Amino acid sequence: MSEKEIDDVSGVATTGHEWDGIKELNNPLPRWWVWTFYATIIWALGYTIAYPAWPMISSATRGVLGYSSRGDIRAALDAAEAAKGDYVAAVSQKSVSEILADDKLREFATAAGAAAFKVNCVQCHGSGATGSPGYPNLNDDEWLWGGKPEDIYKTISHGVRFAADDATRISEMPAFGAILDTAQIRQAAAHVASLSGTPSNAEAAAAGAAVFAANCASCHGADGKGNREFGAPNLTDAIWLYGSGEAAIAAQIRAPHHGVMPAWTARLGDTAVKELAVYVYSLGGGE
Amino acid sequence: MRYGPEIVAVGFFAFLALLGTAFGVDHAFRQHMAVLAFVLTASLVVLLRRTSFEPAAPVDPNAYLDEPIRYGSIATMFWGVVGLLVGVVVALQLAFPDFNIEPWFNFGRMRPLHTSAVIFAFGGNALIATSFYVVQRTSRARLFGGNLAWFVFWGYQLFIVMAATGYLLGITEGREYAEPEWYVDLWLTIVWVAYLLVFLGTILKRREPHIYVANWFYLAFIVTIAMLHVVNNLSMPVSLLGSHSYSAFSGVQDALTQWWYGHNAVGFFLTAGFLGMMYYFVPKQANRPVYSYRLSIIHFWALIFLYIWAGPHHLHYTALPDWAQTLGMVFSIMLWMPSWGGMINGLMTLSGAWDKLRTDPIIRMMVAAIAFYGMSTFEGPMMSIKAVNSLSHYTDWTIGHVHSGALGWVGLISFAAIYHMVPKLWGRERLYSIRMVSWHFWLAMLGIVVYAAVMWVSGIMQGLMWREYDEQGFLVYSFAETVAAMHPYYVMRAIGGALYLAGALIMAFNIAMTILGHQRDEERIGGAMPTPQAAE
Repeated sequence: MSEKEIDDVSGVATTGHEWDGIKELNNPLPRWWVWTFYATIIWALGYTIAYPAWPMISSATRGVLGYSSRGDIRAALDAAEAAKGDYVAAVSQKSVSEILADDKLREFATAAGAAAFKVNCVQCHGSGATGSPGYPNLNDDEWLWGGKPEDIYKTISHGVRFAADDATRISEMPAFGAILDTAQIRQAAAHVASLSGTPSNAEAAAAGAAVFAANCASCHGADGKGNREFGAPNLTDAIWLYGSGEAAIAAQIRAPHHGVMPAWTARLGDTAVKELAVYVYSLGGGE
Repeated sequence: MRYGPEIVAVGFFAFLALLGTAFGVDHAFRQHMAVLAFVLTASLVVLLRRTSFEPAAPVDPNAYLDEPIRYGSIATMFWGVVGLLVGVVVALQLAFPDFNIEPWFNFGRMRPLHTSAVIFAFGGNALIATSFYVVQRTSRARLFGGNLAWFVFWGYQLFIVMAATGYLLGITEGREYAEPEWYVDLWLTIVWVAYLLVFLGTILKRREPHIYVANWFYLAFIVTIAMLHVVNNLSMPVSLLGSHSYSAFSGVQDALTQWWYGHNAVGFFLTAGFLGMMYYFVPKQANRPVYSYRLSIIHFWALIFLYIWAGPHHLHYTALPDWAQTLGMVFSIMLWMPSWGGMINGLMTLSGAWDKLRTDPIIRMMVAAIAFYGMSTFEGPMMSIKAVNSLSHYTDWTIGHVHSGALGWVGLISFAAIYHMVPKLWGRERLYSIRMVSWHFWLAMLGIVVYAAVMWVSGIMQGLMWREYDEQGFLVYSFAETVAAMHPYYVMRAIGGALYLAGALIMAFNIAMTILGHQRDEERIGGAMPTPQAAE
């Protein structure tokens, strides 16, 4: 069982062991394998001298290259800061309108705002700022709280219905389910739908005019064109935050959604909010 | 009485599980205990129906105990198909979020189900079954501990069922590859110690002068997994009747413990264990001696010594101190050659038998497995280099890397071992169909190549998009844009996975027909055997 023999195929001696018919050849370690293994060990030793590696009692060796990952990220951030030059300081000192008036500064702030938008805003407003049900499209001409640069700036800065910010934009349409009966709500919905030319029940719409005048006109205006003072949307255009059509409008009258946007100054700082305002203004719908 | 103690024990634990169902402090725990009570009660019924009062037949102390290995082979095949199927489902969930079915079958619960099913249910059963097969044959001894091997088999299946149902019920420790909660962990510890006893006991009573190299690897796997499992799962249950616990570690120590575990699960479960498999089944199937005894010793000890330190490379560029990141990286680099020692020994064992590649698809599968092992163990050290890692980390490249190892190495070597073992275990002359093995091989290869290539492309693209800044230092892509860019690759990935699953289904059919004793009438691969002609 433990006699060494020569393997016919390779001409190499076996070790003389055998298990369940399996034998082992006594080949040496491949040279290239050994030398590569040594090379990795030597390289590893060299690397641990160059970089932080060897743990001591209460600290570790720092490496002769003086590398640290914190230092590395600091350098990368400093380089990014340097690339931005004096623009950041200028943005922080000027108003949104002033930034817009300066071509170079506007270009910079638009790029910066676009980057900030990608990280912070796309989750709700979408990558192309086209919004989604409940989250306004920022490319169109409909502005709930005003589309002038300073209006956009204020909205981003203080948020909408954001309880933690005292200056937040706030409006709260009552739930008319407790005020009007079902028939009245249906009529009002038909009337509102008719304002934008959406197909609607003509008879109900006619009856709804009176309901609208009594209950809705105070905020949305007698003509239904809305009022930005109260954040009351224009009902005569084809833009619907919570869906168009009589049923969706009726649902919104009965128990309105009240969307919330956080106040961003507290999170991102004033400069980033200005940049965001410039970017959003540039999307096409700014006034 | 046959099964007397088993009936008492299972009945007692079924009753305890019923108490847990009644008095559990949280909803998930009560549901989980109801599952346990159901499983144990069903087992109790089976045991009671099979009991008898006749004296037990005497056991030949030298005959191999192969019945648990037969069960293990079937379990390996079953869990393999389940794990791969869940893998295809989660791939589809990533490509098409509508496949998320709330709450039990969403991605968050299905993903650990997939990873645990393929690693621990498929891989674990393959390792337990083959290790019992190999250790008996290379030690010329019956498994130690009588019916303890049966306890290991059934206990391990119970662990799998409890882990899997726990994930779907939302019970998790949130530790990657160690998600089961404290009570399931405790059960696995008991089963694993029993496994160690059976394996070590068999080695100790061996009738061979030396311990075969495959058994070194199996033993290293069993011992190290025991240590990793116990340390990583140290935790304090909120209640002894509840499904939640808090880890003994916190902060960056917790992260490091987790990846010390996670990386060595790769090193000792998916590498050392399956190298043990390779060291037995490749020389057996090729009918050639192992290439180099010296290489096997050196690469074994180098692998065991170096692997255990490489875990920190999973935590590059995190709160982990720089010195620990450096050490994780350099140990990973030094691990390259020790890993390749196994590849050299596996491939060179075939010298003198390369012609068999043409006729034996099982050998072909083994060669491909070893080749993927070589590729993954080169790619791994490369990805641990910090400069590479800064691009690859958190991207699909990692997923591609893992799958070229898991599908290529672990999957193919296990399939080959099962193909080798099953005819022998059931006393069949050959498999039902050798040509189906060839079909399996090519479907699997195509699946892996599609999967890995697609994940490389999508992973590198993802990494480049994430780090893309313009000249003023502003981010170019939003995260959602990087997700949208990956959609076509996610669809192709699901197709690659489906191809691999199709191969496994063919195998399941082939194995089932072999077990049932059928042989397909088919032409031999590589043409008919030349008929020897008498010399004139």
